[in-house]
Amino acid sequence: MSPIRSLCAASVLAMVTAGGAFAETTVTIATVNNGDMIRMQGLADEFTAQNPDVTLEWVTLEENVLRQRVTQDIAAKGGSFDVMTIGTYEVPIWGNQGWLVSLNDMPAEWDADDLLPAIRDGLTVDGELYAAPFYGESSMVMYRTDLMEKAGLEMPEAPTWDFIKEAAAGMTDKENEIYGICLRGKAGWGENMAFLTAMSNSFGARWFDENWQPELNGEEWTTAVNFYMDLMNNYGPPGASTNGFNENLSLFQQGKCGMWIDATVAASFVTNPNDSTVADKVGFALAPDNGLGRRGNWLWAWSLAIPAGSDATDAAKKFIQWATSKEYTALVASKEGWANVPPGTRTSLYENAEYKAAAPFAEMTLGSINAADPTNPSIKPVPYTGVQFVAIPEFAGIATQVGQEISAALAGQQSVEEALEKAQALTADEMEAAGY
Amino acid sequence: MARSVTTQRKIINTAAAWTVGMLIFFPILWTVLTSFKTEATAIADPPVFLAFDWTLENYSTVMERSDYMRFLWNSVIIAGGSTLLGIIIAVPAAWSMAFVPSKRTKDILLWMLSTKMLPAVGVLYPIYLIFIKMGLLDTRTGLVIVLMLMNLPIIVWMLYTYFKEIPGEILEAARMDGASLKEEILYVLTPMAIPGIASTLLLNFILAWNEAFWTLNLTAAKAAPLTAFIASYSSPEGLFYAKLSAASTMAIAPILILGWFSQKQLVSGLTFGAVK
Amino acid sequence: MATQHSRSAARLMMAPAVVLLLGWMLVPLIMTLLFSFKKYIPLRGGDLGWVGFDNYIRFVTSSAFWPSVSATLIVVGGVLIITVIFGVLLAILLNQPMWGQGVVRILVIAPFFVMPTVSALVWKNMFMDPVNGLFAHLWKFFGAAPVEWLSQASLQSIVMIVSWQWLPFATLILLTAIQSLDSEQLEAAEMDGAPPVKRFAYITLPHLGRAITVVVLIQTIFLLAIFAEIFVTTQGSFGTKTLTYLIYQRVLESQNVGLGSAGGVYAIILANIVAIFLMRMVGKNLDA
Repeated sequence: MSPIRSLCAASVLAMVTAGGAFAETTVTIATVNNGDMIRMQGLADEFTAQNPDVTLEWVTLEENVLRQRVTQDIAAKGGSFDVMTIGTYEVPIWGNQGWLVSLNDMPAEWDADDLLPAIRDGLTVDGELYAAPFYGESSMVMYRTDLMEKAGLEMPEAPTWDFIKEAAAGMTDKENEIYGICLRGKAGWGENMAFLTAMSNSFGARWFDENWQPELNGEEWTTAVNFYMDLMNNYGPPGASTNGFNENLSLFQQGKCGMWIDATVAASFVTNPNDSTVADKVGFALAPDNGLGRRGNWLWAWSLAIPAGSDATDAAKKFIQWATSKEYTALVASKEGWANVPPGTRTSLYENAEYKAAAPFAEMTLGSINAADPTNPSIKPVPYTGVQFVAIPEFAGIATQVGQEISAALAGQQSVEEALEKAQALTADEMEAAGY
Repeated sequence: MARSVTTQRKIINTAAAWTVGMLIFFPILWTVLTSFKTEATAIADPPVFLAFDWTLENYSTVMERSDYMRFLWNSVIIAGGSTLLGIIIAVPAAWSMAFVPSKRTKDILLWMLSTKMLPAVGVLYPIYLIFIKMGLLDTRTGLVIVLMLMNLPIIVWMLYTYFKEIPGEILEAARMDGASLKEEILYVLTPMAIPGIASTLLLNFILAWNEAFWTLNLTAAKAAPLTAFIASYSSPEGLFYAKLSAASTMAIAPILILGWFSQKQLVSGLTFGAVK
Repeated sequence: MATQHSRSAARLMMAPAVVLLLGWMLVPLIMTLLFSFKKYIPLRGGDLGWVGFDNYIRFVTSSAFWPSVSATLIVVGGVLIITVIFGVLLAILLNQPMWGQGVVRILVIAPFFVMPTVSALVWKNMFMDPVNGLFAHLWKFFGAAPVEWLSQASLQSIVMIVSWQWLPFATLILLTAIQSLDSEQLEAAEMDGAPPVKRFAYITLPHLGRAITVVVLIQTIFLLAIFAEIFVTTQGSFGTKTLTYLIYQRVLESQNVGLGSAGGVYAIILANIVAIFLMRMVGKNLDA
């Protein structure tokens, strides 16, 4: 046989064997590479043991890649996935389009009424629950009790922004690489803009007025963003304009941050002695306010949803039921301890004495989640829902670009006013293109 | 080389070349070293170079978390399949360009190369829709086809330059002896062109192996190659340098090893046959 | 020598490759053209009707357009200049007699094997990170403040990462070319007392013309399309949004397929301008 001929044969063979068929139901799950999800993947053997006719296929991707993949797939109706990990931003938009399978018919023992009302409302469109929350979060202040004491200050349970600034100034010790405050600076609608949008709410700012006219160059936004810049430039870590959730988490765990205002789920990571050098020195407080009646905390839930058109809807429902059940919580507790169970989704968890004992941050988390109001996020009325986002399809694209302008300002490449002018112009442009 | 060189100069050359070589290679070396550290050592200040407790825990974590062998196998099939298919289609084309050139040969060749300049992002949506229609989404067959088309211009061009080196008289002699066109290609041309074909194969295998846009966007679970594997290790929560390094090492090791074992072909492949 | 018979056979043999590439080019191109004249937003229900040249106008009048063109040119041009200059220097160095030439050559070509995603991740996290990166440690060691590479010197950082990936390619082509240089000619010049700089300028450099053309041609094709390096490192922040990345942002982040397709058409036009320019150059310099 000549080489070319054998090459032909080999490649034909390769292509024939490339497609294969499964006798059982395969559920393809797209998920983000966050710790809780990876843990779920590890525990999924328990599910397949109970359901031997279901095979689980995992697509674990970094958040940005995941978002792009699932959005592309659902918009083009690609049908690559049976279960998608999405958040409170996507669910209302996709649910409205009829792209998700309703979960109203989940069995009674799953106990939908046990879900936290704020979280459940965020995943419901016109009375239909379109996604099951896997973990929910708000944001709060995490601070170093030892540094606070050293600075001679005491953190109130509900601090104001002015106090945060005072505390940041008191704790900063750049010589020893201790920075008073770490905040998100990395551009992205789910990174710096999630934080800034929530923060601006407490300054009375809003993305759009009742007629969908953007207000980014308005007074409230300018004040809020200037306050943020001031904090970050004076008391923030170097390179803050590329720090997202993960970067700040690792800075805080290394003991380089005095305060960190971010997702409540981070509480279990910063208090875990295996990963954190400051595990026993962390305190918690509500997200700050500015005396205007709104706090700068957000509301988010990573949730599992089934795209309409999936050919394994029943098996996918079974899986979602398993992964978001009270039994799953108990399973994680028995294997990894109560502090590591996925938080923020069920009332029963916050009534569990064992959990409350193991998780000092439980009360604060629940309080923060309950304090967020997606329908009235700011002080003035808004035409949209969402605390740290605006639940319209254009928002992700717009806010990422706005985030890049602000990130550039944080890096010193332009002034806050310039950044906000550009943000205003590009937002107006994109909204016009979308037909508002 | 006829020049006699003083030992002193040779020493200087050697030192300079090795320094530069190590500098260029250093990022890879550092990645491999980091993959054997614990997460805490990986970010130690000051950084540790060799004197640390070597551990394999990152590799076992990665193996536990993802089905590495499946990603690897998909990469092999996709890169191998697309390269072989491309060569099968390109050999006749390159042959006719090299031995029966016409006025337009050069134009066709350059046109082929210019198709590589189409921005992939710009045509993602159309291709995605076509893939859905044809049921090719998340299949290795689909990726084999796309990557073959991506690399076909390069393959044709490389084979063309190699074929041109083969003296036409040999082919004519074979023809005189009554060889058919098919025999001419199979028994005369191909054996002579084996080194060139091998180089082409290797280089395009690497290009297909490293392709990250289509392989990531057109796959889900079944056909995902190593590029998708690595996408699950960037920037997870907490410390991740060591795990990222382990995953990176696992993603690039097969191709590094392949490259080292076939250095000679690869070097001539890397020059795209364009420079002799 | 070619008979009529072999001519038609030749055409037939070329057919599969030509037809496939024509299809690969035309089908998506026609679909892209079609989308570009429509308001096509999948998240709002898909095809929302014809809009004429609206998308084209919107794409170029957006404040991101011209910066993206200049970012593209800076990245492509910067990488080409760096790889050609350092490629020539390295090729000359590697061509000198030394011990362990084979091993050094392996070390130098190794970056070419590394996936762009991996190399971007490694550079971003383990070298350019302003707190834990090796560069930060190095700077601190010399008493300097660490540079925030990806925000303060974002385009330069990307040029650096991409150059690292493509330097091996340039070096090897140029090395092969240098090795074919007639050493007697150089020696004769040396005997005549020509200084090294002159020998390089008048003998070596002209000889490398063709090889440099090949480097520029092939690299331009790949560099116009770079995506992973930007996606992983800056996601288009800090002025690193190239045309390719801008189209990505329109199509995938904003999910505005019509607008992105118009951008795609512009990119195709740009690519063709570059292609024509390159072909002129190649026609002169490359005996294809």
